[in-house]
Amino acid sequence: MRTLLFLLRKEFLQIFRDKLILRVIFVMPVIQLILLPFAANYEMKNISMTAIDHDHSEYSRKLINTFTSSGYFQLTEVSKSYNDALKVVEDDKADLIVEIPQGFERDLIKENQSKIMLAANAINGQTAGLAISYASTIIRDFNNDIRVEWIQAPRMNAQPIIEITSSNWFNPKMNYKYFIVPGVLALLVTMVGFLLTALNIVKEKETGTIEQLNVSPIKKYQFILGKLIPFWILGLIVLTIGFVVSFLVYGIIPVGSFLLIYLFAAVYLIALLGFGLLTSTFADTQQQAMFIAYFFLMTFILLGGLFAPIENMPDWARYLTYINPVSYFIEVMRMVILKGSGFTDIIRHFEIIVLFAITFNTLAVLNYKKTT
Amino acid sequence: MLTKEIVIKTDKLTKKFGDFIATNEITFEVYKGEIFGFLGANGAGKTTAMKMLIGISKPSYGKAQVAGFDVYKQTEKIKKSIGYMSQKFSLYEDLTIKENIQLFGGIYGLSDKEIELKGTGLINKLNLQNEADKLVSSLPLGWKQKLAFSIAILHDPKIVFLDEPTGGVDPVTRRQFWDMIYEAAHHGITVFVTTHYMDEAEYCDRVSIMVDGVIKALDSPGELKNQHNAKSMEEVFIMLARSAKRGE
Repeated sequence: MRTLLFLLRKEFLQIFRDKLILRVIFVMPVIQLILLPFAANYEMKNISMTAIDHDHSEYSRKLINTFTSSGYFQLTEVSKSYNDALKVVEDDKADLIVEIPQGFERDLIKENQSKIMLAANAINGQTAGLAISYASTIIRDFNNDIRVEWIQAPRMNAQPIIEITSSNWFNPKMNYKYFIVPGVLALLVTMVGFLLTALNIVKEKETGTIEQLNVSPIKKYQFILGKLIPFWILGLIVLTIGFVVSFLVYGIIPVGSFLLIYLFAAVYLIALLGFGLLTSTFADTQQQAMFIAYFFLMTFILLGGLFAPIENMPDWARYLTYINPVSYFIEVMRMVILKGSGFTDIIRHFEIIVLFAITFNTLAVLNYKKTT
Repeated sequence: MLTKEIVIKTDKLTKKFGDFIATNEITFEVYKGEIFGFLGANGAGKTTAMKMLIGISKPSYGKAQVAGFDVYKQTEKIKKSIGYMSQKFSLYEDLTIKENIQLFGGIYGLSDKEIELKGTGLINKLNLQNEADKLVSSLPLGWKQKLAFSIAILHDPKIVFLDEPTGGVDPVTRRQFWDMIYEAAHHGITVFVTTHYMDEAEYCDRVSIMVDGVIKALDSPGELKNQHNAKSMEEVFIMLARSAKRGE
């Protein structure tokens, strides 16, 4: 026990003496929490568009107005012909072409229908898809508006319309920041827990100090605890900083209980620290450790559901997320922070993460050798 | 000085890595309080042999006892009874001198009082009073090595293992380092030292010379020189090591 205290003191002295690591630990949560949620916004605003108005009528102008006033589109250029419009797209000045044919207004009034052509730049498929879907919504609204205006109050609606309205529970304004922030918090804890542990142990291998410890009467469990406890505490500190930042910047306060989050994070960290320890047993240099860690971090994060929803993944990728501890943590963070889920809601996640913790640490301890 | 009390005893101690026999059936004894030089060319198997003795490498077969403990079953007890210092400087560079003393004192189970007392004694002896609170990384190499040696014997081990302790150190500091080794031996600490410097071999009470994993010679430097009709240990070494087949 006394040996462990000496080791812990050494570890904390070293951590707090490394100004760079310290800065990273404190600055990283702030920067990531401020940058990532803004950058990772799935909502599109100001999609640049170009319009070709062959009709020059009141309705055609009204339609273009509906587009620009929606907030989703920005008219960057008015083109004379479709070829001109294509040129605008090629010059990267617009991502959507709206072509209103001649006789748009006349057809609409006389024949009750008219055509509009939409063409989206599909280099970025996601933008194109969103642009078209927003445009369709806007045209539908426009359609409804003029119907109300044109068809004078029908006594009975000839065509019964089922109108679909949706409301978004737990995140009523569909604010993507609410969606991203809990994920980024999970990410921060992951980085600190996993990366720092792996690198720290390998650094001792590199400098040769680990050999000095190996010839001393330190027991294996003392060495491992001496390494894990400091980074466990550090991980929880980073989580706390993260919560403070997300409150100050986004006003996010978990709907569910803090206690539950910290309880889960505590177990999650044990799992990740074990994984870091396991990584360190495979690497002899910090460079190797960094590469191994990067491989796993990238995979964990990309398959973790932070940016791309797990539901949209193909089956094989979805199965992979089952063995990805990060995806469980991100899910729990979202559930507790946004939905206010309680312990019974995340009990399955708890069981799995405990399993991860046991597995990783057992493997790490088995693989960590004081002798060769 | 030689009370003939045996502190290290090996019998056909062997370590194989696959087909490669790093250390081949070495048998020798080391007595309490002596300075035992463990010589050999690069790749002769010195470090492997030493690692088995200090309990961080399991022998393939053969017997060995260190400080009366078995190298197979009692490595933890061995570790408590020995000190170790390697060619790779192994104090924590990002801790101060005092913090290193506290850490290693604590690891070897010294009480706070002992750490304080011995630590101060050590710092005074090395004349590091002004540097005690400075980071070890700020010290010159020679000082670091002397500090590392002092910390390796802080807990009064029965045996201290030194793996090329003076590599890269200037002659004056090397001389001072050997004064410290003599002093430790004088206090009854057995010194087991590997070195490449043949002048250092002359300082040892007895030396063994390893060639290709086996011990080719073992005696006092004077006796070895007699046997081989050589003027210096360097000549003896070259005569024996010439037959080596393993390169660097």
